[in-house]
Amino acid sequence: MTVTAPHPTRTEASTTEVMTVAAARELRDGVVCFVGIGTPSTAANLARHLHAPTAVLIYESGTIGAKPTRPPLSIGDGELADTADCVVSVPEIFTYWLQAGRVDVGFLGAAQVDRFGNINTTVVGDYEHPKVRLPGAGGAPEIAASAKQTFIMLKQTPRAFVESLDFRTSVGNAEGGGSRQALGMTGQGPTVIITDIGILRPEPESGEFVLTALHPGRTVDEAIAATGWALRVSPDLVTTEPVTELELTTLRSLSGGA
Amino acid sequence: MAAITSLRDAVAANVHDGDVVALEGFTHLIPFAAGQEIIRQGRKDLTLVRMTPDVIYDQLIGAGCARKLIFSWGGNPGVGSLHRFREAIESDWPGPLEIEEHSHAGMAARYVAGASGLPFGVLRGYVGTDLAGHTDTIAPIVCPFTGEQLTAVPALRPDVGIVHAQQVDRDGNVGLWGIQGVQKEVVLASHRSIVTVEEVVGQLDPRVTVVLPGWAVSAVSVVPRGAHPSYAHGYYERDNAYYQAWDEIARDRQRFQGWLQEHVLSTRDFAEHLALVQEEQGASA
Repeated sequence: MTVTAPHPTRTEASTTEVMTVAAARELRDGVVCFVGIGTPSTAANLARHLHAPTAVLIYESGTIGAKPTRPPLSIGDGELADTADCVVSVPEIFTYWLQAGRVDVGFLGAAQVDRFGNINTTVVGDYEHPKVRLPGAGGAPEIAASAKQTFIMLKQTPRAFVESLDFRTSVGNAEGGGSRQALGMTGQGPTVIITDIGILRPEPESGEFVLTALHPGRTVDEAIAATGWALRVSPDLVTTEPVTELELTTLRSLSGGA
Repeated sequence: MAAITSLRDAVAANVHDGDVVALEGFTHLIPFAAGQEIIRQGRKDLTLVRMTPDVIYDQLIGAGCARKLIFSWGGNPGVGSLHRFREAIESDWPGPLEIEEHSHAGMAARYVAGASGLPFGVLRGYVGTDLAGHTDTIAPIVCPFTGEQLTAVPALRPDVGIVHAQQVDRDGNVGLWGIQGVQKEVVLASHRSIVTVEEVVGQLDPRVTVVLPGWAVSAVSVVPRGAHPSYAHGYYERDNAYYQAWDEIARDRQRFQGWLQEHVLSTRDFAEHLALVQEEQGASA
């Protein structure tokens, strides 16, 4: 089993690093990617430094084609503007670029996700009297609606992978079946959920996410125990390739060794 | 033509109790000095508007200036929660805070409609989300030409819009560059506007990408480092240590109140506030 160590040895990737590398591998070279801050941004930048040098990173702060040397702390850090192909206003980024369909991949994190890849980033508990007030929607609802497809990444725990969302901030495959398409969304929706345990992909007909891959050393039982709905396992379950030395050293150099 | 005036006078003349006030800045050029001057002058019952309420809104909310918040993402970027914002919503402290919650795309459309003199903005958004069920200012609309189902959001027309920028020239024209957020839209959408700037220049820098003509702005105040701890591209960088330290200060009600008294209410202006912050950071470094 992979160990979460505060200071992993050079050859051993932490569970977060395994997740980040797996997410980076999903990004093809040349794609136009609308990046959320945090782990999605780290993964997208890792991909750009490895196999996807011409991937175009778009941040909601209006920076198009940003090439930061290290993952920014906020989506509006100055380095994003300095390294971008162009900087546009916030209304423009959400209209001409996202809504008009110029984004191939929306890369999102979440506090909660359900079996259809719908996302909650608003509240835990009741909306009027929340147990935990989360930051809210930000750019996610329209990224989830209008990017040609979305990738979701978050750690797999029963609190995060829930049977029923406390609040649906952003729509994935809605209630499954053809319900997303019936809402008139232009993008295909979520095509992968990358976690620290493995990878989930939607069944074509139902739109329900099933376990399709485990990271090395992880087990089906662990994945099921970390999921609040009755997680189904693909008959074609595979194991992801171990994190390579190059992937790990590149990731750590991007993170400034932190 | 914008009056170049002290920030104290600009806030006193333009921000009144009960006003709808939007202090914008998308991680960049956030008008911290103006926000703290509003606290210093004891404004009450404000409806605060902002796409990304962050630390300055945490300070305004914790200080009891706000009755309502219209927003799309409330957090301390890269750090975590806004504890004053959360306590107001979760525990009604220092008073209840009504919220009107949107997405970034929706807020952007609302500002554009306001700046354009239209009653509403339109977008492909919110459909299938729970936001539409909780926020009255989100409504379905059918395209009269194609029949497509879209979403309408009402224009934002704040009483006063406040932003920070890099420069003003001697004719009162404001220039900014770098991440531009909705700086232009909020100034043009608002009935009155205040812009704080780093400096007065003879001629705007060639890097300037957005110009707000002096006649379109109500008041300009020169406040060096007036966006601190956010940044002003070309002048100073984001003070990430301040954002990280804020998490600890804001987490505890008493500690926050002590901080507010000492750093805002007991300081004469932002320059004095900054000197105190820098002295403390120097001592802990």
